Amino acid sequence: MKAFFGRRYTISASHRLHADTLSADENRTTYGKCNNPHGHGHNYVVEVVVAGAVSPETGMIINMVALDEVVRSRVTDRFDHANLNLDPLFVNRVPTTENLCRAVYALLKDALPAGELERVRVEETENNFFECDSE
Amino acid sequence: MIYLTRRTTFSASHYYWNPAWTAEKNEQVFGRCANRNGHGHNYTLEVTVAGEPDPITGFVVNLKWLKEIMESDVLAAWDHRHLNLETPEFALSIPTTENIAIAAWKRLEPSVSAAGGAKLSRVRVYETPDIFAEYRGEP
Repeated sequence: MKAFFGRRYTISASHRLHADTLSADENRTTYGKCNNPHGHGHNYVVEVVVAGAVSPETGMIINMVALDEVVRSRVTDRFDHANLNLDPLFVNRVPTTENLCRAVYALLKDALPAGELERVRVEETENNFFECDSE
Repeated sequence: MIYLTRRTTFSASHYYWNPAWTAEKNEQVFGRCANRNGHGHNYTLEVTVAGEPDPITGFVVNLKWLKEIMESDVLAAWDHRHLNLETPEFALSIPTTENIAIAAWKRLEPSVSAAGGAKLSRVRVYETPDIFAEYRGEP
């Protein structure tokens, strides 16, 4: 029986939205306050949803401890209390929350059994969030 | 198609235990949740129905009716109960958040079907603000 299991994690990180291909004025127009030179930070919430059959033996889709370990080793250890702009994934890619969401999805997809990762949602603040799945 | 969701809360206790396993294996797999004295949560139940707004009322379903079936079909059985010891569905299955979501669907689906309008689309159960399970009626 297919069901979904979701878990939320928090990472605190800094970033600056700035595209090298745009002029200073264009960056300012495009990113506004997010382009301020010294960056700023957020408490991001990363919500991970896995899909699968509920095991009759355990009543679980995935053991939460195992999921926590994957998310810790692949995502939170990497991004928590870090400057996203300095991560190799964001050297040539602006660390918008859209791109952070895709990066988290890619980091987890390889580490979870095939088909288990359903969706990743990243909340930058209480009022904005981004989601991605396999599409 | 409109998806309409109503949320409610219930408080219940449970523990995780597979009687086919040794105590050691239960403790290894389920950790603190295997403590046989049980523990409790404030669960949040979110029920989503899908349908078209009625041309006269503008409602997909009457939210008062949805509240009433959530109370009569689910909360009356589970709220302030020990899920393992007092509910028929968890006499045989482990009351994980996944199984609670499936069981809530099974309790609600007949009432939603009988009403003949919107379809039950999704049931989501939060065990804590950071943990939820969802069931969409899929096999």
